[in-house]
Amino acid sequence: MTAYLAKRLAIAAITLALASVVVFAMLEIVPGDPARVMLGMNASETQVAQLRQQMGLDGGPVQRYLHWAGNLLSLDFGRSYTYSVPVIDLVTERLAVSLPLALIALALSTAIAIPVGLYAASRRGKTGDVISMGAAQLGVAVPNFWFALLLVYLFAVWLRWLPAGGFPGWGAGIWPALKALLLPALALALPQAAILARVTRSALVDVLSEDYIRTARAKGMPWRRVLWGHALRNALIPVVTIMGLQFAFLLAGTIIIENVFYLPGLGRLIFQAITQRDLIVVESVVMLLVATVIAVNLIVDLSYALVDPRLRSRA
Amino acid sequence: MKSWTSFLAAAAVATALSLPAFAARTDLVIGIPLEPPHLDPTAGAAAAIDEVLYANVFEGLTRIGPSGEVLPALAESWDISEDGTVYTFRLRSGVKFHDGSDFDAEDVKFSLDRARAEDSVNAQKILFEAIDSVEAVDPATVKITLKHPQGAFLYNMGWGDAVIVAPESADTNKEKPIGTGPFRFESWAKGASIRLAKADSYWGEPAYLDKVEFRIVPDAAAAVPALLSGDVQAFPFFQPDGVAQIEGDSRFKIEVGATEGETLLTMNNKKEPFDKLQVRQAISYALDRQAIIDGASAGLGTPIGSHQSPASKAYVDLTGTYPHDVARAKELLKEAGLENGFKTSIKLPPPSYARLGGEIIASQLREVGIEAEIVPVEWAQWLDQVFTRKDYDLTIVSHTEPNDIDIYSRKDYYFNYDNPAFDKVIAELNLTSDEARRNELLGQAQKILADDAVVGFLYELPKVGVWDAKLEGFWKDAPIQANDVTKVRWTD
Repeated sequence: MTAYLAKRLAIAAITLALASVVVFAMLEIVPGDPARVMLGMNASETQVAQLRQQMGLDGGPVQRYLHWAGNLLSLDFGRSYTYSVPVIDLVTERLAVSLPLALIALALSTAIAIPVGLYAASRRGKTGDVISMGAAQLGVAVPNFWFALLLVYLFAVWLRWLPAGGFPGWGAGIWPALKALLLPALALALPQAAILARVTRSALVDVLSEDYIRTARAKGMPWRRVLWGHALRNALIPVVTIMGLQFAFLLAGTIIIENVFYLPGLGRLIFQAITQRDLIVVESVVMLLVATVIAVNLIVDLSYALVDPRLRSRA
Repeated sequence: MKSWTSFLAAAAVATALSLPAFAARTDLVIGIPLEPPHLDPTAGAAAAIDEVLYANVFEGLTRIGPSGEVLPALAESWDISEDGTVYTFRLRSGVKFHDGSDFDAEDVKFSLDRARAEDSVNAQKILFEAIDSVEAVDPATVKITLKHPQGAFLYNMGWGDAVIVAPESADTNKEKPIGTGPFRFESWAKGASIRLAKADSYWGEPAYLDKVEFRIVPDAAAAVPALLSGDVQAFPFFQPDGVAQIEGDSRFKIEVGATEGETLLTMNNKKEPFDKLQVRQAISYALDRQAIIDGASAGLGTPIGSHQSPASKAYVDLTGTYPHDVARAKELLKEAGLENGFKTSIKLPPPSYARLGGEIIASQLREVGIEAEIVPVEWAQWLDQVFTRKDYDLTIVSHTEPNDIDIYSRKDYYFNYDNPAFDKVIAELNLTSDEARRNELLGQAQKILADDAVVGFLYELPKVGVWDAKLEGFWKDAPIQANDVTKVRWTD
């Protein structure tokens, strides 16, 4: 187990280092000058050069990379060019929205997907399977912004139960903040649940045709216990893998939903930073996300070992 | 019995407490599409900064009114010397900054000197170019000496970039703006909203509203449900294509006004074949302006024939110079030796007027034999490739700065246009204060630009404001890009 862990950690560190080079190089190639974006069309070239210098953008690329990467190592993520506040402050503010949103969405999607997947797998080929998987197919196909707008018109405009968008901040109280996250979480969760339900079903269908399931049934074990105790546990590996990927996506890939609900999340921070060429914010936030994805993958890998004892000894 | 009395008492209290609800509301949530990068109007070009702070939090010596007129603000009145080079401003007394410190002539001197300093990063430093010296004669008097007379000086001092800041807070205004206006800054939840509250110490007529929140709603599709649900009560700058969904709903008022945004199909005047007058004229004839307005701006917007807002007193209607005439366009291309047309490209920045307008224009150009490849670019890319490096053939952009016809005389500007006769008119305009003469010169300038077909003049961007029908006091037009809410109030 220790060797397994050490190997995983080493791979994670190398991936991070490579990612930092790629991220920096990519943004170096992107055309556009943050100083010009800030000063607009009426400022002279000399003035733009002046601001570029104030922003610390006048060194060579290698020098700036080393400076940035060195700071990252000491957990200093730099200062935003446009907001002129530390990047880490911006990220923590945004995480206060994105993290709970991702967690609620993931919880909702799991709560919907696992029972639906179980139900469909246990009625394989029957009407219940066809209907629930048909619904899941629809859930995958419907664009989530469209679904989001539908939810807004129903719950905010027509019923007036929930706000149409925006985020009052946790300072306004737990309930108002949760209320603001409910619709976006639902809009995010349903397409994810659809995918997860299909994965759960197909993994279960595979497992259910295994010999040990037949043995268990033959020994007279009740169907319910076979399903929950034997089949589901063995089908969990692909399900957990998908959930790991979904969590990484839900954390930062939700820019469209954040726009529809005008939530100040991480996705919008990155988008805004790219349009304003606030490169330091883009670089540092992307690196943080890379680190998160690597960490989540690490956790997923480790949880395989928990789910599947064979993986523990093999490594 | 006891419980009954306490119930009645509670009911009485509740009724008493709800009584103020019959008085007019004093809070307002305004939707804005873009978040300001920071909150200092003297250190950035983003219109979103002024859309929150201009006139509300910060004030200048003068200010621009709802019709684009120059009004006194922190300067109560002024004298101009005979030769037009010395301006003596008399400042208002009893003015306080929101941090409690007093405003006086030293603050004016500090602000203007800072804006025109060597290392200034004021995005409109050009406004202060004519200033030779600023002198605080006494706490209530400022004398500004110009290098030469400047016709637009009082107007220039009314820009958001020329507001007066205090030396103590100048460096922190980006995060915590401190001005002299009727509203003080309260908080900024980045990415979500900016809150202002009524400033009790305000020197002038107090604002009607106690609390104003500017909520950032970036998606046009989200703006409509935000209004319908009552979460946001006003969008002073609304996307024209959302109007159809609100129209006919008596709960809302839609006001369509004018802006200072001349929307242009810019041509690279030094690049072949756009260096030929006939080619530029041919393109101008190929444009069907009404079709562009219908497709790119939901039918809202006024066609223009040169670079001046139709709302301006100096406006000359030159839309007849190049009416939509495909045959004439082809003839001109033939004269230029391009009877078989040519291939070119059109770079389109993100605003919908450019992206939608570009597609329509490309198809209109195809009718006269010009194949324009559509190249969508981001704003930062546009500034880099088109504006700075002039690496483009055609592009579409709206020039939203007020009274900016002088950009055609700027050396090395991205139009690549150079006409000494035009420069002469602008040079005289800069030195002229007399309004009649100024308008005459502006008319001449517009005529030259139209004759030279410098760019394809498309239309004046409309200002579409949508708000709760019970609100009044918003600006109809946008002579500057601002949301002055100092006169806004609920009428119920």
